[in-house]
This record gives sequence, structure tokens and C-alpha cells, in this order.
Amino acid sequence: MIAKRIIPCLDVKNGRVVKGVNFQGLSDVSSPVELARYYSDCGADELVFYDITASAEGRALFTDILTETAATVFIPLTVGGGINTVEDFDRVLKCGADKVSVNSGAIRDPSLIRQAAERYGDQCVVLSVDAKRVDGTFHVFAKGGREDTGMDAIQWIRAGVQNGAGEIVLNSIDTDGVKGGFDLEMLQAVCEVVDVPVIASGGAGRAEHFVTLFETLPKVDAGLAASIFHFGEVSIPELKRTLASRGIPMRLV
Amino acid sequence: MIAIVDYGVGNLFSLTCSLRAVGAEAAVTGDPAVLEKADKIILPGVGAFGDAAALLRRNGLDKTVTRLAGQGKPLLGICLGMQLLFDYSTEYGHHEGLGLIPGSIQPIRPVVPAGYKVPHIGWNALHFPRPHPLFRYLTEGDCVYFVHSFYGTDCAAHTIATAEYGPELTAAVAKDNVWGVQFHPEKSGKVGLNILRAFCEEVGVC
Repeated sequence: MIAKRIIPCLDVKNGRVVKGVNFQGLSDVSSPVELARYYSDCGADELVFYDITASAEGRALFTDILTETAATVFIPLTVGGGINTVEDFDRVLKCGADKVSVNSGAIRDPSLIRQAAERYGDQCVVLSVDAKRVDGTFHVFAKGGREDTGMDAIQWIRAGVQNGAGEIVLNSIDTDGVKGGFDLEMLQAVCEVVDVPVIASGGAGRAEHFVTLFETLPKVDAGLAASIFHFGEVSIPELKRTLASRGIPMRLV
Repeated sequence: MIAIVDYGVGNLFSLTCSLRAVGAEAAVTGDPAVLEKADKIILPGVGAFGDAAALLRRNGLDKTVTRLAGQGKPLLGICLGMQLLFDYSTEYGHHEGLGLIPGSIQPIRPVVPAGYKVPHIGWNALHFPRPHPLFRYLTEGDCVYFVHSFYGTDCAAHTIATAEYGPELTAAVAKDNVWGVQFHPEKSGKVGLNILRAFCEEVGVC
């Protein structure tokens, strides 16, 4: 049986991890390479590197650290941020990414999903969606969650999968940062319309939220979080042991 | 030296780095002379079986690999590289493989229960029907990373590992000096490195 995945997400700007990281024993807490190695040793099942750099120089730094990470960390790496063209896919895949996550780039050009899926395979294309409740429905938001596109999130995700997205990251803006648990209602609505892996993002505050996620929604494949891992509020080895003890299939290292 | 066969399919960066991480000297090459000199050969691969088999033939590397395997040189196929070791595949038609492992490659979809997602992608536990040196550092239930929509069948006599996904799917095969793994050891953390380490350490025909 496939294990449920626990995925830390690292925001990288100009080659450094942003948002403070609070770990004992790491000599350089803002080094993406060191942090990636640390998480891999802790049992993270996959890593997401999210490039929030705006400049070309920052982009180059990002691909450098990606290469360095892929050379020393041997678990799947997903890369997102600034992916607007098939050439962007090519750029990060060559540096060792296994999967590429598109968000705003696919909103601007929905054909990007199909183009990338045809060239690299569905399993390589992750559609990342920031969604929020508006008048009783879920809307897709762009620009890091600041702009309502007016698009229905469920329809957008269904179309994305039909076009070749092999995996969905659903980030609920409503629950993001609240630390009150994942957005089970929104996740369920997505799980009902797609048959590709769904990764839950936004809202995790403690281990019990992951237990509730996987027990309530068996179709969800993974839980993603950032700051609760970075600040040590939830330890990945403890989290995985807790989940395993509750009968959730886990990869224990 | 371990030669990674480069025939124009997939990215060999992680595989090369993971071999170096276990202390092996690895060379990515499409040169038959280098394959000839290598102590061991790894046949990687991603993508569609037919395209990969055609690329291997176009370069004449199919004959080199088959001949060297026949002479007893250790050969490890990874993912699509494992599938290429079989007699044939039914992925988008009928495509001949290298015929080094008896059996065929068939789609997963018809054999897994409804509701199971295809591709079979993610971390899954290995089960070992018989001991094999490739897994000497592993224990039953260790997880490795899979990404595939097709799998090896009619190969029970040579199956050395399976993974449960509804039925038990073929996860690794071995026949004399020819070994293959369906999963990605180069993406399977420490467990994966221990598999590569075992392959690197193995001397000659087992």
C-alpha cells in the first residue's frame, strides 16, 4: 500500500530560505541545501522548493542551490515558483527537480499544463491552486492569493487534470496560517472530481490535524506544511510515528 | 567503474550523484568501448517503452548491452531500464525488449482495484519472496519510490521483490547477473542508496 506523504515546503529567495528557521544543530539555517538534507534525514517523503525570487540573478542562484540539493538529497524534489513556460520546466528539471509545480503560469496560459505533460509526462506536472470561499463557492486566487480570478476552483482543477496535471496541491487561503487544521470541506470537494494524487496544504498546526486529514479523507495522499516544521512545532519523525500508530500507512526511517 | 548507459532518455543527474554518494565511480556513456571496459552496467530509463527501445537500437547499444550481459557482466536495469530487460511490452503496441528476463510488460490499470490511482506513484513497501544480494542491507517492509503505469508479468521465477498495490506488483527481478528494479533507488533515500551500495559491492556473477 502506498504510504501517505509528509512534505515540508521551503520558500527560497535569492538562494536562501526565507521565513526564519529555528533548528538546533544546523550551522546555516537559511541554507536550502542544509535544510533539505536535514528534512530528508528526518524522514520527509518529498521536498517542495518554492522560488519566490523576482530577479534573473536570483533565478540563477535558485537553480544552483537546486543542483546542489539534488546532488546530495535522494528523495523526490518538487519545484515551483516562476514556472511560466515549458522552458522553465526544462530549466529546473535539468537541475534535478523530479516534478514541477505550476500555479499563476497556468492561469495566464492554461495550455502550459498540456504542453508540459506531453513533453515530460503527467507524473511530472503538479497543478498548485490557491483557493478561497467566495459567495458559497471556491474561487481560484492568483498572485500569491491576492487576486480573485473569479474562476471556480473545482472546475479549474478538473480541467487541469484533463489537460495532464498528474498531481494537485490544494492550498486553502481560508485555513492557511490559522493553524486550526486542514480545509477538509474544500479538499473533499476536490477529491470527488479528480483521480490523481491530492496534496493538502494550509492550516496544519499540530500532529492531530494530519491524523484528522488522513482519517477523514482517505483519498488525500499527502500533507504539506512549512512553518510548523521549520519552527519545530511539529517534528516530522514524531508526526510519522503518531500517524503510523493510528493505522495510517507511513514510511518510517 | 560503473557505466550508466546514456541513450538519450531521461535525466541521469540524480542517478550519477547517488552512485557517487555510495563511493562508486560512475560514468555516463553511450560509447560501447566504455561499456566494454566497465565493471558493471546500469540501464536507466523513463518515458515510453517503444521510444526507449528504438533509441537503444538506433545506437546499437542493445546489442552491446545484451552481449556483455551474456558474458556475465553485472547489469542493473532501473525503472523503464528494468522493463527493457524483458521479452516485450504491450505499451502502445507490441515492442520487443532485450529478452534477458523472461516475461512481458503489461499495464497496471486492469489488475488494480477501482479507486487505485495509476500511475502507481509514491513510496511503497517491498516484500521479498526470496533473499537476494541486492537487498542484503534491507528489511522486509522498507519503502522505496515508484513511478510507473506498466509492470513486469509472467516472471514469478525471477521475481526478487514485490510491492502491494491491490495485487503484488513486480518490484525487482534477477536472473544470474542481470538484475532490475521497477522503482527509483536514486530517489528512495537511505534505503535506495543501500540497494545501489549492494549492487556496487557485488562481485561478478551471483
